[in-house]
Amino acid sequence: MAAVLEPSQNGHFNIDAFMETEQSKDLLRLTTAGSVDDGKSTLIGRMLHDARGAYEDQLKSASRGGQIDFALLTDGLRAEREQGITIDVAYRYFATPKRKFILADTPGHEQYTRNMATGASTAELAIILCDAARGLTTQSRRHAYIAALLGIPQFVIAVNKMDLVDFRQEVFNKIRDEFSPFLQNASAHDPYFLPLSALKGDNVVERSRRMPWFTGPSLLEYLESVDTRGHSFEAPFRMAVQGVLRPDQTFRGYTGQIASGVIRPGDEVLALPSGRRSKVRRIVTYDGDLEVGFPPLSVTLTLEDEIDIGRGDMIAAGEPPQRARTFESTMVWFDTRPLDPARHYLVKHASHVVPAHVEAVRHRLNVVSLDTEPASSLSMNEVGVVRIATSRDLFIDRYADNRLTGSFILIDRETNSTAAAGMILSRARNTGENAADRLARLVRGFVPTDALLNLPLDDALAAAELRKRLEGVWDD
Amino acid sequence: MAWKISHLQALEAESIHIIREVAAEFQRPVMLYSIGKDSSVMVRLAQKAFHPGPIPFPLLHVDTTYKFKEMITFRDNFAAELGLNLIVHSNTAALEAGANPFRLGTERCCGLLKTQSLLDGLREGNFDAAFGGARRDEEKSRAKERIFSFRDRLGQWDPKNQRPELWNIFNSRVEPGESIRVFPLSNWTELDVWQYIHVENIPIVPLYLAKPRRMLVRGNSLILPELDFVQPQPGDKFETVKCRMRSLGCSPCTGAIRSDADTVPKIIAELVAVRKSERENRVIDHDREGSMELKKREGYF
Repeated sequence: MAAVLEPSQNGHFNIDAFMETEQSKDLLRLTTAGSVDDGKSTLIGRMLHDARGAYEDQLKSASRGGQIDFALLTDGLRAEREQGITIDVAYRYFATPKRKFILADTPGHEQYTRNMATGASTAELAIILCDAARGLTTQSRRHAYIAALLGIPQFVIAVNKMDLVDFRQEVFNKIRDEFSPFLQNASAHDPYFLPLSALKGDNVVERSRRMPWFTGPSLLEYLESVDTRGHSFEAPFRMAVQGVLRPDQTFRGYTGQIASGVIRPGDEVLALPSGRRSKVRRIVTYDGDLEVGFPPLSVTLTLEDEIDIGRGDMIAAGEPPQRARTFESTMVWFDTRPLDPARHYLVKHASHVVPAHVEAVRHRLNVVSLDTEPASSLSMNEVGVVRIATSRDLFIDRYADNRLTGSFILIDRETNSTAAAGMILSRARNTGENAADRLARLVRGFVPTDALLNLPLDDALAAAELRKRLEGVWDD
Repeated sequence: MAWKISHLQALEAESIHIIREVAAEFQRPVMLYSIGKDSSVMVRLAQKAFHPGPIPFPLLHVDTTYKFKEMITFRDNFAAELGLNLIVHSNTAALEAGANPFRLGTERCCGLLKTQSLLDGLREGNFDAAFGGARRDEEKSRAKERIFSFRDRLGQWDPKNQRPELWNIFNSRVEPGESIRVFPLSNWTELDVWQYIHVENIPIVPLYLAKPRRMLVRGNSLILPELDFVQPQPGDKFETVKCRMRSLGCSPCTGAIRSDADTVPKIIAELVAVRKSERENRVIDHDREGSMELKKREGYF
């Protein structure tokens, strides 16, 4: 692990060879969560140090009496230096010969659940810390639950401080056996349980010699090799339109970052909300047109037909997203001001900002027991399921299917604060003014209403068309 | 089926997304342009975000008038070649009163010529969003900075009152007088920036490249004596040293490093070998521990 970045051989630096190696590295975004005492800062400090993510002068200022205090490497702000705790999400950067890493380092204690959700939202992997000496804590459970809630596909359960329990296998096994059913229930699948000592360095970078009973890869080895491909390539194409570029009369392009799916010139796409179809003419970038576009590239699409498309619209292909004005969502509440169904909020979903309110609070989730509890509101750092109603149509996917078109933030209209984050569960039933519902109302009595709900969009558009034709006959 | 993209492509895509969001959601965005390598990268990303159209917002340079001469030459050529709408703002009142780092001390000088001048420049332009090239890997207090960093009416930053940021969704709601600082390079490291400059062939100020320069040597510091008020003190000596700047600022307050790196690849090689953070040679950061956080609370970028 010593040779982290060694581009020069015999004193000669070959930039092309070096860049080739560098360009072959992909990016893994991960998050850690841990409480004040379970050694998270020490673990991260050691990873930064051993993967050379820390600079000499930073190491020097983290030294106390000749010894590096790894925790000091990562504690940034004065307030937390004074309190000796980390109080906000901090981002760390390090690299190995195989990968570059962006680590969202989030604090552990109860009142900062919101920071954990923030760090987890962009992560592909979560490291959950447990303290071998103290056993499984509610904090570790909560961290795992929130990471799973935010849809992180990969989990490492780092059982730290093994040195304090003489590296005994039964301690590790006990925590693993106790934690596994919880993780299963929280939908944190295939977690990698790993015994380590951040302080002594066991199983962080090098495999530990003091735990011969454990044969799995070290933490860094695992991070280097874990498969990070999400399912965003296989999902249907989605691009929220950020803006329209019209530098002259001949060019009209729609800018956006591809959220999911693969697109090529000639592919048929659907523009929403208009429902108009066209074909992709070009995938334009500064570096030339692309033959294929895929996530997470930022591109500009031009289409074969002149269609009215603007910011906030969605360009989609394949199975279309659902048109919805009301939907069920899991929410993580951030604001000091609790959820208030009478309050005006804004939903920002993809590139679309619309007025909204919370129609109903279904229940609160106890993130430790995983039980649901009755609730009429949500307070800061609470998680619950609610029904949101928006004043205009959104085009949504389930968060489980698409992390970018299935997520939104809730903004308090009065204070402008980001009040909550939402992960969409489904379009609400029996509500909303979508085409299928209108038709259902119109032909009530002739067709069972249930048959018209949750129609795929194509059918919904057909239904709307049908409604138009029926209007003259049945409109009341 | 998966097309793999490099970390640089991933970072570029993220930055372009951020820049486009700001252009769409704010009334009067501006890009702070410091002439340094990070600014050069940021401008390239803005070009990419709106290609084939022009960059739809102006650039603002807060000029202390104590910048290296080569920086100003570079700035003017760069803006002319790219057809950028560049605004230059200085705190002329403080300068006329004789503000300089030797009379006032580094901290107060920065406060007037950088922080105050920046806030004035933003207010005069009525800008509600300002892009900055800061990166989270630069300094510990920046590791926690949001990509959209909320500033109150006085331009102040409150580390405890920042908006949570999830996924790639940014809350750009501000009241009149409030603003957002936006850091599209948040997730880039210094090595990423240099690699991108190399791959994209982005122009940089020649001061970044090593060459023999006549320097004022003061202890471990190498100062380029460009200004009249930079005078040798007892123990100082003039020496021709092969050196370069690792970051660019005001000539009296920015130290050079001894280096043979006279090309971008050599800088990258040096960066991989030398394990010191780039701000180490910035004299200003040694004022007192945690000084960057203090400056930021007061509105410094």
